[in-house]
Amino acid sequence: MTKAILLVTRRLPPAIEARSARDYDARLNATDAPVTGADILSRAEGASAVLCCPADRLDAATIRALPESVRVIGTFSVGFDHIDLAAARERGIAVVNTPDVLSVATAECAMLLILAAARRAGEGERLVRSGNWQGWAPTQLLGTGVSGRRLGIFGMGRIGRELVPMARGFGMTVHYRDQVRLPTELEQGATFHDSDDSFLPVCDVLSLHAPGGEGTRHWLNAERIGRLPHGAVVVNAARGTLIDDAALAAALQSGQIAAAGLDVYNNEPNVAPGLLALENVVLLPHLGSATVATRDAMGHLVLDGIDAVLAGREPRNLVP
Amino acid sequence: MTKHRLVVARPVPQAVTDRASSEFDAVLSDSADMPPDAVIQALADHRAEALFFSSNLKLNSDFIARLPQSVRVAATCSVGFDHIDVAAAKARGLIVTNTPEVLTDCTADLAFMLLLCACRRAWEHTEVMRSGWRRSFGMREMLGIQASGKTIGIVGFGRIGRAVAQRARGFNMRVVYTDVARAAPELEHGAEFVPTLRELLPRCQIVSLHAPGGAATDKLMNAETIGLLPRGAVLVNAARGTLVDEDALIDALTSGQLSAAGLDVFRKEPDFDVRLAALPNVFLTPHMGSATTETRNAMGFRALDNIEAVLAGNPAIDPLWS
Repeated sequence: MTKAILLVTRRLPPAIEARSARDYDARLNATDAPVTGADILSRAEGASAVLCCPADRLDAATIRALPESVRVIGTFSVGFDHIDLAAARERGIAVVNTPDVLSVATAECAMLLILAAARRAGEGERLVRSGNWQGWAPTQLLGTGVSGRRLGIFGMGRIGRELVPMARGFGMTVHYRDQVRLPTELEQGATFHDSDDSFLPVCDVLSLHAPGGEGTRHWLNAERIGRLPHGAVVVNAARGTLIDDAALAAALQSGQIAAAGLDVYNNEPNVAPGLLALENVVLLPHLGSATVATRDAMGHLVLDGIDAVLAGREPRNLVP
Repeated sequence: MTKHRLVVARPVPQAVTDRASSEFDAVLSDSADMPPDAVIQALADHRAEALFFSSNLKLNSDFIARLPQSVRVAATCSVGFDHIDVAAAKARGLIVTNTPEVLTDCTADLAFMLLLCACRRAWEHTEVMRSGWRRSFGMREMLGIQASGKTIGIVGFGRIGRAVAQRARGFNMRVVYTDVARAAPELEHGAEFVPTLRELLPRCQIVSLHAPGGAATDKLMNAETIGLLPRGAVLVNAARGTLVDEDALIDALTSGQLSAAGLDVFRKEPDFDVRLAALPNVFLTPHMGSATTETRNAMGFRALDNIEAVLAGNPAIDPLWS
């Protein structure tokens, strides 16, 4: 039996390329060079499926120009802003993505940022690498302990809930703020807050896990920062737009916020210069889910979806 | 009542300074560590009964021989006592105390931070930011190791090792450990005892060292033992630099036998082997396992508690020997 043709736009983890080549007549991209819509079209002849990445642009024109043979587009991402869904629908092309499999890696990244910010890891690392370390001293680079502190989780979705047992292992007590209280079994003993008034003052450490968008834009602003306990630690591995960067930078300078750990920013990859210049921040380049395990899981999930569509089954990760 | 006379041989956190000055007739170090000669001089001038110090001051046999007769107790503000000649102190009749227990959580937190930073390539990622970012990453670039769900081997299942095990459980990690003897079942919380290091290592994707220093554990991790780990394992050391053969460590980090390491301690400090600083796949911190304000205060208070107990004629709380 002839295998269906699968066009893969970018390099993918070895396990995923191997599965693609096993199950499909796979057109892999050996160079990992960024591709344009025209590049995709030039390689799509006869393809049944296209496996793309968030950096690719599948706009309406590209989708309309895809060969008739294409029945499904899989994206190696949770987000699908880069795919014109209306055009895909018009053409009867299904779109599948990779929800749910990034939660653990992202929660891990948040816990890393909590510890690294509280314990001044960035400053310590730079001191060692600089060659200027003069030796241990009782008052050198003293940070904040996390054991026994209160962690406030803003947005108790899948990632926020993954963070709860991690934080509890460090002896933290957990509070959360969301629109509605979760069922008890999902709460895992965390304390619900139905208002910022009760929530903000208990956040010795505040970790953001809410979605982006206009409803949460600059939620953490100067006024709310002022209601955190003095010397709080702030972590954001969710969406850059949740924080007013200027207010955060000012609070990091005044000491109202002792330290911050950030994986996401407004206007990526152009990080606010006020944040880049600070010593008491730990900054990561939006790699919260960048683990081998997660990328493999994403790849398997998107291939599962493509397999299902081509076999005439309903995929569990169909983008509606 | 007359206050007891004390010399504090190095700067300490403000809260500790405050308590030392209110409860003792204390000579303090304002901004810099006192050199050994200055410590002897201050002890003699002050007719001090107690010395508060830490690893900056080597209590070797020569130094102990020069101590004025008035000095009855020396309290090191540390858990470790590699800097103390215990035999010479015993022979002199000096009581020496340390500060165990108060830094357990703090050190376990830092070890776990190193574990996450090493697994997730935090140094490389932060360097991307410091160089301005300005690029996107492919789907298989800059990928780290997910710690969750891995098997962690804990070498030395004392207070700190057990606290690391507790943190690992929050990440659904399987915990195996080795020590000179199996821990009491109520301390294991599901961790599995493995009698020898050689049997332990092949089972761990991540190994965290929590054994004491000294000759018996010197270069516990060497080319041979590192070779017993599965390829691509991660090594964490927030215990003692002497536990690791750094030549073998560097070889393994370069060859890929170890995919990453997190280190808070080094064979030589602070003039550590700078070849480590040239590696991208290490996360390095300057011996800051106990570096929080709360813990350093607690350590200082514990040292003062020990001095007070001895000078009041009571047994020391944390004597190095009994």
